[in-house]
Amino acid sequence: MTELKHIRTPLARVRGFGSAKSGTTAFWHQRVTAIANIPLTIAAVFIVITLLGRNQPAVAQTLGSPTVAVIMLLFIASITAHMRIGMQVIIEDYVHDDLAKLTLIVANSFFAAAVGLISAYGVLKLSFGL
Amino acid sequence: MMMSIMHRITGFGLYFGTVLLAWWVNAAANPNGYARFQSFAGSWIGRFILFGYTWALIHHALGGLRHLIWDTGHGFGPSEREWLAAANLIGSITITLILWIVGLLAVGGPQ
Repeated sequence: MTELKHIRTPLARVRGFGSAKSGTTAFWHQRVTAIANIPLTIAAVFIVITLLGRNQPAVAQTLGSPTVAVIMLLFIASITAHMRIGMQVIIEDYVHDDLAKLTLIVANSFFAAAVGLISAYGVLKLSFGL
Repeated sequence: MMMSIMHRITGFGLYFGTVLLAWWVNAAANPNGYARFQSFAGSWIGRFILFGYTWALIHHALGGLRHLIWDTGHGFGPSEREWLAAANLIGSITITLILWIVGLLAVGGPQ
């Protein structure tokens, strides 16, 4: 503090702008999903490699089997949650126009949810034999 | 610095690449759909995209491990940072090549 421009304290000036109670939520979720992604990605890569060159009925049967299906569902949930946060950080870093930024952040959430649910639907469909 | 932006770029690519995952698991439900996916995945352009996707995935995973190490407060020394950056790049290329050698042995070359 070299000079005092206001008689109000710094705390008084930021009061009313909202609490920071959930300020680290995205940061924390990014790390939790990152940790989850490590074993899940190893498992998913292993599953993909074992299915390479196999015919459609074999792929459908393996992907729909309980253990593989649950691993794939966890993988899908974790990566789509992780990528949504990551893309939002990129948008916030590079897009400074308010309308463009908000539009992209909403589109990002829609995309992540759509990819996640469409993928999960595909796995569940195989699993339940629909 | 370079590895930091690579982490972001690979994450950006992986984001859109998840469409391939959605396509694959949904295509597996019927023979015609799966044949379409396989003809894409087996083509030169399909293989090129999947190879790039594999590398991006491994590079981003290893880069993520590097960030998790940093989150614990370790690995910030000059030589440690150099070593981690080199391990990130060399590790991602090596693992990608190993995975593709294993994969190509499983399915054979491009059709």
